[in-house]
Amino acid sequence: MTILLWTIQLLFVPTVSPLCFGVIKKIKAHMQNRIGASIFQPYQDIWKLLHKDEVISKDASWIFRYAPVIVFSVTVAVGASIPILSFFHNPFGDVLVIVYMLSLGTFFLALAGMDTGNVFGDLGSSREMTIAALAEGGFIFSLLTVGIISNSTNLFAIASGDIFAHSQSIVSLLLAFGGFFIVLLAETSRFPFDNPATHLELTMIHEAMILEYSGKKLALMEWAASNKLLIFITLAINLFLPFGIVQSASLLALGVHSAIFFAQVFVFCLVIAVLESTMAKFRFFRLPDLLVVSFILNVIAIILSIH
Amino acid sequence: MLELIASPINFFLVLSLFMLGAIGSLWYRKNDSIANYWSNFFAIAGSVWGIIFAIALFVVGRDLSFSFHLFPVSFFSLAFNIDLLAGFFIFTISLITLFCSLYGLGYVKHFYKKYNIGSLGFFYNLFIASLLLVVTAADGIFFIIAWEIMSISSFLLVIYEHRNTKTIQAGFLYLVMTFVGTTFITLAFLLLYKYTGSFNFGLLKSHIASVPLFIKNIVFILFVIGFGAKSGIIPLHIWLPEAHPAAPSHVSGVMSGVMIKTGVYMMLRLFLDILQPIPLWWGIVILLIGLISSLLGVLYAIAEHDIKRLLAYHSIENIGIILLGLGSALTFYALGMPALGLLGLIAALFHTLNHAVFKSLLFLSAGSVINQMHTRNMEEYGGLIRYMPQTALFFLVGSKAISALPPLNGFFSEWLTFQGLFQGIAQLHGFTQWVFILAAGSLAFTGGLALACFVKAFGTIFLARPRSQEVFHAKESDLPMHVGMGMLALTSILLGVFSGSVTRVLEKVGRDIGIFHDTLSFVSTSSYRGIHAGTDFSFVSAPLIFMLLTGIILVVIFVVYFLINKNQKIRQSETWNCGTSLNQRMEITATGFARSIIVIFRRVLKPSIQQRIEYHDADSRYLLKSESITMVMSDVYNKYFYQPLSATVVWASSQLKKTQGGNINVYISYIFIALIVALFLVL
Amino acid sequence: MLRLFLKIAKTSPMTLPVEDKELTQVNVAVVGKKIESKIRRLFHGSLAIRHIDAGSDNACEQELVALSNSFYDIERFGIHFVASPRHADMLLVTGPVTRNMAEAVKQAYEATPDPKIVVAVGDDALDGGIFKDSYAVVGGVSAVIPVHYHIPGDPPTPKIILYHLLKILEDMDNKVS
Repeated sequence: MTILLWTIQLLFVPTVSPLCFGVIKKIKAHMQNRIGASIFQPYQDIWKLLHKDEVISKDASWIFRYAPVIVFSVTVAVGASIPILSFFHNPFGDVLVIVYMLSLGTFFLALAGMDTGNVFGDLGSSREMTIAALAEGGFIFSLLTVGIISNSTNLFAIASGDIFAHSQSIVSLLLAFGGFFIVLLAETSRFPFDNPATHLELTMIHEAMILEYSGKKLALMEWAASNKLLIFITLAINLFLPFGIVQSASLLALGVHSAIFFAQVFVFCLVIAVLESTMAKFRFFRLPDLLVVSFILNVIAIILSIH
Repeated sequence: MLELIASPINFFLVLSLFMLGAIGSLWYRKNDSIANYWSNFFAIAGSVWGIIFAIALFVVGRDLSFSFHLFPVSFFSLAFNIDLLAGFFIFTISLITLFCSLYGLGYVKHFYKKYNIGSLGFFYNLFIASLLLVVTAADGIFFIIAWEIMSISSFLLVIYEHRNTKTIQAGFLYLVMTFVGTTFITLAFLLLYKYTGSFNFGLLKSHIASVPLFIKNIVFILFVIGFGAKSGIIPLHIWLPEAHPAAPSHVSGVMSGVMIKTGVYMMLRLFLDILQPIPLWWGIVILLIGLISSLLGVLYAIAEHDIKRLLAYHSIENIGIILLGLGSALTFYALGMPALGLLGLIAALFHTLNHAVFKSLLFLSAGSVINQMHTRNMEEYGGLIRYMPQTALFFLVGSKAISALPPLNGFFSEWLTFQGLFQGIAQLHGFTQWVFILAAGSLAFTGGLALACFVKAFGTIFLARPRSQEVFHAKESDLPMHVGMGMLALTSILLGVFSGSVTRVLEKVGRDIGIFHDTLSFVSTSSYRGIHAGTDFSFVSAPLIFMLLTGIILVVIFVVYFLINKNQKIRQSETWNCGTSLNQRMEITATGFARSIIVIFRRVLKPSIQQRIEYHDADSRYLLKSESITMVMSDVYNKYFYQPLSATVVWASSQLKKTQGGNINVYISYIFIALIVALFLVL
Repeated sequence: MLRLFLKIAKTSPMTLPVEDKELTQVNVAVVGKKIESKIRRLFHGSLAIRHIDAGSDNACEQELVALSNSFYDIERFGIHFVASPRHADMLLVTGPVTRNMAEAVKQAYEATPDPKIVVAVGDDALDGGIFKDSYAVVGGVSAVIPVHYHIPGDPPTPKIILYHLLKILEDMDNKVS
């Protein structure tokens, strides 16, 4: 049974995450009055890329060659450490471990962007590190808020505890969720931080760092990006909006929980897609203001949750 | 057997090995290579024996306390007190010295025929011996003597390359700042002597009740300024970015890894041990100093493009993090929560050890690079990973450790510091809680900015294409340098993976301090060799994380590269540049990489852009010949604090000069006035 | 904002449907060397196109841009445009390849990983079109890089480009089976 649980925990995020990208693109297409690609299109893209040959720059070193593996493995490892089926005791799920393992992925991604000396890669690395450095404060503090409310920084203990027990913690939960949502948009390179569908290199942040990749490495990088999106959405759902968390292992409860979970993921994809279709990307130097707002929201949430 | 090793004789054996190395190095100064091998060999032997001594001390668990009364005066004796805390610092000093000396065997060869190797070996060994004396001295005067020996020998090491005027200036600034610090420390010890009648630490501790609170507060401020100047807290840090780059690299490693920690050691010794009980505001002041130093240190580091200055500013940042742990320990103990105080102390000690290891690793690899490139300016590096692959790997491990990335050691000490701060946020109220929130926020942002800074450093130095012709002549360093750096990298990894065991050891060390003898522990290390904080508040397990990451990486490599599409062909080509040809000026510079962060923090960093344009024809000014843009940070501390201060001192001295007119009648009247005043005081 | 959302929800997609009988009326000009069978089966699910402007007069570009709008909607076939040639499977080259762009087109071809297809769009790209034999053009894309398919027209309407792309994919698929 434990083996089955661990297998699901390890494989869930990599398997389901391209579907999130597909759903977001489909909703954006409908908002533009188009039909758009099917929601399983990202799977076909990844499959095709895995079967293509590669072209690697002469200036690239081993960091360029191995960074996609490290970045992808980090997202799988973090996916195995977050609560999806929350009645399961997991020794990995500590708040700071999650934050810093994702930083490990960002570290290698930024180094890979600089490795070939591609001009836009350097630019993307610089911007990505600026955003990541400033988003860390909000990220740690939003997870700390729910940690203090639940009296534990283990994500599984937070998810399986009853957050809505105290009525005064609702306001701080909402504020912390607002702060976390801003960090979600920043770390997964969505609007208003970055446009994932842009072709203009001067406006890219995440896309710029993977301009030099092709074939299998590109497949791993794209997959890692969608993994990261699903990880953040799962954290938002299971920590801040834990409706329908099951405490037992019965099949019916599991089915109900999965249905509610996927419905919530769909709502998040809908919100992100609507945001991307209605607002413009911010000017780069307005983004730190947004990230500091996220940090301050979380600080207010912590203060409110203790009193 | 271990009882025999953990005895005073062996401590003196360690000291004498270093002294033998010093004297022998001076004796053989005519022969460069013998002086090099002799001094470094004895330094290695001394440090190995020091490590064994410290381990034996820890296993036996005894405190060594002995003194020699050599002089007929009553207030001065050569008193030593080697308890577990001093033993921990002896271990750290010996460990770093061991690897830096191994590295030095190869590195010093670059100074053959240029400078006197004998004097380098002499002052190096003297420096290490004085470091050991500083952490074991138990008498105020003896401590100050050892402190002075340490300052002077490190000053002479800083100005070792004395033909360079900038080095001399840097050394002079270092000397002035360190003597200013020593003055404050001496003043504080004198004040304590006035009220307790002794310089001996043991007697001070037992008679501390006879010191009034007002004097204790003044003594606290004096000690913070004095030891803070040595540790490099903001705003007393101006000597650090000048002195550490000027010294030879293996000395920079020891200075940055160990010497600035002696300031922290004395703060620990005084505030947690000798001067207890202490008021609450001391802990809060240390927390505020820590959070300001860490944030400002990392911001100044990001703006740097001189590799050693960048590392020096990171030392300031990490001292800030250590002070966050110390401050939380002091605050919790003063509020009656000794278990959390012990947690803060463990976090501070762990980060001291970790920083010593990865900072010296970074300085040593930077030293290898500088040796080959003959410049410290990062804007001229690039692509060195192809010419110095092992050095690049060691620098990468050091960068990952200092950015607190799991599963290396930096992550676990920051985790422990965070746990202390989280508990403070959860359990305290009012102003204290706000300070803890600011401290945790500062630590969170510092981690992210340090990561950005090391992406910039590693990327500009080692990746992409060379930015200058010098890179093509770079060669990999030789074996002793590799061994020194490699062992440090391995230590970093091991300290990370076995952090549970290290925490257990540090807990025992922390308990040895008087106030923590009977506290229950907040951290426990049990399942999976991990660290538990509190009853199920948080848990992290280093070996599990390490195994999870490596396991997944291996599985992914196997599936992607050996199962799917085995016949993939990989072709090499030029970097894509939208169809134009790339030249070396199209790569990003270190300043360009950091520009976004500098602009965001412009109120703090105060950057200014200087443009220099050269035209083909100065009259018509139409065709550009060359243009250079430099981004300069203004030095606020010099401009608003030190220069006004020194101007005031010079003004005051020139006013005082008027009393020395040279007229002998005026001097006689001075004597007369002094006599009258003395008579009045006596009567 | 709410009214905008309601209007979007109420309007049905006006995407041009693809009718089979129209496809057979179009001739696909196959220019260049053969492609191995694996590629055809491979590309049918997802095709990444990188467009190169080799000195074109922008007529073809405007038609290509129209391909991504809601009327023609090329994305529904799994075809999307990418920014970097390293991500691309197909290079779509427009313009008569001016002398200044010859090197750039070659570099883009070198930067694209195998297996790849090159399609020349427009009469200019075939042999220079209205700029044929000018001093400023090299004379068609095939003078610089090997071309596999060609879409005629000056410029071809988006409908013709769309049908030609589908025909290319079917052609590749047919040569497999």
